Amino acid sequence: MIRISGLLRKAGEQKILEDINLEIRRGEIFTLIGPSGSGKTTLLRLIDLLDRPTSGQILFDGQDTTGAEKERLSIRRRMGMVFQKPAVLNTTVAENVAFGLKFRGADPAQIAQRVTSTLELVGLSGFEQRRAVTLSGGEMQRVAIARAMVTDPEVLLLDEPTANLDPVSSEIIEDLLIRINNDLRTTIILATHDMIQGQRLAHRMGVIMNGRLAQVGTLHDIFYQPDGKEVARFVGIDTILKGVVQSNERGLATVALDNASFEVVTPCPPGKIVALYIRPEEVTISIPDGAKKTSARNQLVGTITKLVLLGPFIRVTIDCGTPITALITTRSCGELGLFVGMTVIASVKASAIHVRADPALRSIQ
Amino acid sequence: MDEIVTGITQAFNLIVTLNPEVLHIAALSVYISLAATILAACISIPLGGLIHFREFHGKQTLKVIIQTLYSVPTVVVGLLLYLLLSRSGPLGFFGLLFTPEGMILGQMVLIIPITTGLVISALSGVDRNISDTLVSLGATEFQSIVQIVKEARLAILSAVILAFGRAISEVGVAMMIGGNIAGQTRVLTTAIALQTGMGDFGFSIALGIILLAIALVIVVAMNLITSGLSAEYQQVMGGPRS
Repeated sequence: MIRISGLLRKAGEQKILEDINLEIRRGEIFTLIGPSGSGKTTLLRLIDLLDRPTSGQILFDGQDTTGAEKERLSIRRRMGMVFQKPAVLNTTVAENVAFGLKFRGADPAQIAQRVTSTLELVGLSGFEQRRAVTLSGGEMQRVAIARAMVTDPEVLLLDEPTANLDPVSSEIIEDLLIRINNDLRTTIILATHDMIQGQRLAHRMGVIMNGRLAQVGTLHDIFYQPDGKEVARFVGIDTILKGVVQSNERGLATVALDNASFEVVTPCPPGKIVALYIRPEEVTISIPDGAKKTSARNQLVGTITKLVLLGPFIRVTIDCGTPITALITTRSCGELGLFVGMTVIASVKASAIHVRADPALRSIQ
Repeated sequence: MDEIVTGITQAFNLIVTLNPEVLHIAALSVYISLAATILAACISIPLGGLIHFREFHGKQTLKVIIQTLYSVPTVVVGLLLYLLLSRSGPLGFFGLLFTPEGMILGQMVLIIPITTGLVISALSGVDRNISDTLVSLGATEFQSIVQIVKEARLAILSAVILAFGRAISEVGVAMMIGGNIAGQTRVLTTAIALQTGMGDFGFSIALGIILLAIALVIVVAMNLITSGLSAEYQQVMGGPRS
């Protein structure tokens, strides 16, 4: 649907986006995730042809987009965009939604009918004559989505559509996007800094870090096999350990760290320097009483150094010679009676550790 | 003291009896200034739009020059146009000197900087996201400019009203280009200047009251518009819904 190659965008001498190569497939929900200021908005603006790249190319449905403004307009008219802060014009909701059709010269009867059906789609039936500026943030954002969808675009671009909304309004928007993608087969490209939202909505995601696409892949790829430390940290992996493969028996390897050793699943041969990525929710905590048997290959005794409350979860940092982070429910924390300074066992299955031969690590060691 | 009291009495007489000369002068004043304001708006709105929407070298300097011209002395504009329009001047063949049309031209020159400058500020006041939104909705450049001007309509309208106030109250251009010819180019301000000089205070006071009444109408109109603006602003901030 959209093929981006070698994209570079500079603001003055500063590179905002660099070396972006990406393909968006027809009918998918693609999320761009990355920290604030990483270049997500810039990339969406380039895709919507609002700005021109410094160099590189964007093909829309095989068509080059570097041409004259008139050609770009006709391509832009096949897309819709929703911005982070919905800017509604100071008129009625119906007029706001009608703009796209008016600009394309549709006749009034057709406009009225499309506006009604699109407002129904976003759940704002009956809002036609309300003044748009009097709506709540969530309603305004739905007007913005209706406004973009009224022309039945092939691609819908959204820049942090729920960043300024409360959880209930956000959920309404997310459900709406899933429905649009399912029922209308609209290709959706969504930028968000909220990983969990990315996870809920996306078929595929791209992680943008400092103006570069650090990784593109499925949810599983990115959450369990992150391509490098930066991505790993961003997707919530706190524990990144470096070690050397000691032995490898048919894929079950032992990796030695400075003060500990781990059994992991990897094809890496002995002698290889690797990074171990351990997701905090893969770590379980138990109290050392010697009675429990477990299938987890890695059991490390350590002392709790920190407990951080995260809603219904608690992030526990355990010093097992090397710090390991576990995410457990507040309830099991209570049942285990965890406290800072307590001695516990942290268990991780060998298959739950993502092993990556990290060329960058060689120079560190 | 006597002069003031008799002057005021005489003034009310002139107004209440609808003195034809007073009415003619007032009507001519309104006609000239209104025409100048409308024509200036027709030039300033597209011109201000052009300056606001286009990027070019020296844009900032141009804005500073426009703002400086807000307070250009009316007699300087009068002098400049006199030199241009006089029979021997480069535009003398139009025969505009000492005509109402010449005065309209003069007042236009006087207020175009104000309307243009305030149109630019009005357009800058429109949320930047609006223009991105319009472009993303498939607007051509022209379509998006029209929408943004519409969005700034209230601020633009108050700029135009302010300009009318400056036009109707100025005396330099009216005197120098109009020449204060009775029945032809005599307007409120020039008539007041002349009658006061001749000691006819009643006539001057009557015209002064009319001028103030016009100013009052302008102020009331401005207030209505700005209260409209602030009501809409309140609604944006989550105030009472319509």
